[in-house]
Amino acid sequence: MAESFPIEASGLNHFFGEGEARKQAIFDLNLNIERGSLTILMGPSGSGKTTVLTLMGCLREVQDGSVKLLGQELNGASEAQLVSLRRRLGFIFQAHNLHESLTAAQNVLMGLQVHGNANPAKQRAAADHVLDLVGLADRRTYLPGNLSGGQKQRVAVARALVSNPDIVFADEPTAALDKESGHTVVQMLKTLGQTRQTTTVMVTHDNRILEMADRIITLEDGRVVSDRVPKTTL
Amino acid sequence: MSRLLTNLFGRLPIGWLQLSHNKARLVAAVSGVSFATLLVFMQLGIMGALNSSTVAPYGLLSADIVISSEEGNTLTDAGEIARARMFQALGVPGVADATPLYIGNLPFTLDDGSTVSLLSFGFDVSQPEFVSPSIAASFGSLTIENTVILDRDTRGMPASVIDALTAGGRYEFEANGNTLVAVGTMNIGGGFLADGMLAMSDQTFLRSFPARTSSAPNHILLNVDDGVSVDTVVERLRGALPSANVKVLAADASAQADLDFMSSERPTGIIFGFGVFMGILVGLVIVYQVLSTDVADHLGEYATFKAMGYGQPFFLGIVFEEAIVLAVFGFIPGLIVSIGLYAGLRAVTGLPVEMDASRAILVFLGTLTACTISGAIATRRLAAADPADLF
Repeated sequence: MAESFPIEASGLNHFFGEGEARKQAIFDLNLNIERGSLTILMGPSGSGKTTVLTLMGCLREVQDGSVKLLGQELNGASEAQLVSLRRRLGFIFQAHNLHESLTAAQNVLMGLQVHGNANPAKQRAAADHVLDLVGLADRRTYLPGNLSGGQKQRVAVARALVSNPDIVFADEPTAALDKESGHTVVQMLKTLGQTRQTTTVMVTHDNRILEMADRIITLEDGRVVSDRVPKTTL
Repeated sequence: MSRLLTNLFGRLPIGWLQLSHNKARLVAAVSGVSFATLLVFMQLGIMGALNSSTVAPYGLLSADIVISSEEGNTLTDAGEIARARMFQALGVPGVADATPLYIGNLPFTLDDGSTVSLLSFGFDVSQPEFVSPSIAASFGSLTIENTVILDRDTRGMPASVIDALTAGGRYEFEANGNTLVAVGTMNIGGGFLADGMLAMSDQTFLRSFPARTSSAPNHILLNVDDGVSVDTVVERLRGALPSANVKVLAADASAQADLDFMSSERPTGIIFGFGVFMGILVGLVIVYQVLSTDVADHLGEYATFKAMGYGQPFFLGIVFEEAIVLAVFGFIPGLIVSIGLYAGLRAVTGLPVEMDASRAILVFLGTLTACTISGAIATRRLAAADPADLF
């Protein structure tokens, strides 16, 4: 097999609604994303970028066309196949979606325990290490309710990264962060790509981080209208 | 607690952390389960007291087989049977001995003017082998006319009288126009059946109940020869005696039949059974309410976990973990309060309301089962956690 992409989409169409109300959201999308790259999806709201993200992230059923994720075809995949694929992904949501009853460290631990719990001490150490990386070493035992918005988002980033995912999907991860911590988060994702060959796909409106991407894809009305490399990376 | 559960489950105890995070909900849920447990314990306690008072009079007897009239319902609520049956029974091989037993309710007016009813047992005093060894000591004195043995738990009887009797004293009283003399005490406990109990000779019995005759006792008690199976003799008796109007039962089968009658035919048994059912229903509804609200409140988090790759068994595990936590935490206070209330009830009513280990274990298993069922119903809400909605 020649060069394989971690994400390959071809002839992808997606529809919402039934019957008369049925509306096409994605039109014949063809997209290959390279391993270790940081790709940003842009576009006005309703352009389909979040739909593309959820289709690639095994969160939404592929109706028509093909999405190959890490070599596995998603169209027609079983629930068990999807669940085991999801374990190789990391998700960072716009809302942090932390569990309010778990401490910062326990929330991060959830990202590891999905792979089993063979070595709890090692897992705790890994969770602490990642929290340290996002600058929250002293907030380990805090409940989300006692953390600021930015701190919560950094815990969510730590949770997504702790299991060394093959691909990270992020939806507006910097929206709740100030410029500096936004930069830090994206820099972390970028460094991961370079050192561990982690592929990142990010939906964002945040112009402050565009220059850090390897590739910027703009969607409009469910179609790719521009696919470019930012000047600074050249 | 959290560390213990982590080791137990091999993962973070999310269910416990979720429940303990919302203290108000935890307290409400635990008190709900406790209340349901308490309700069931109280019903079972009173039902247990009913059952033990139903079979208590058997403690007075020492017989292998009881022959009674088909018309009767229980040992103490019996019809009359011809004494001629006793002689027929004695002719059956394997029957060692037989005696008539007379039973009646004797009204007795207390010093304060209230009337209590004393369940009276008339024995043939020449056959002490048919009474329990527990009253054998005073049984001999019943040969004297109008003497009786009085139950210690007789309602309305001053403790001083009972104490004096136990110490060897006498207590004279009038009942049904007849003067009786208590010469000893026994420990039977009537509870629901009567206010008290008396053991007396058949002669004293017939004097106290002028309408009864010696030819029509309520039961005939039999003992079988050594080494002969009771069941075999019961079969032979059923063949030898006319089947119409005569009931032949081994003593333990007779006690069991009395229990069955009280729990299924008498309204009391049905009422307590209904009470148990209501308690279970209340518990089910409360636990379901709490767990399904809890699932609904955490749909966002569950959807996130789904996106991270957690499968359905993980979520079922959380809900069942919560159900078990509620069952355990609700059961313990329910048990403690019930033990206290049992003691109170025993003191006030004199009924034999006792907590025994088998009932506690049974109720605990019932609580676990009910909580698990509620949990299982609540898990249906999990389907609403859709990770695609998170973006």
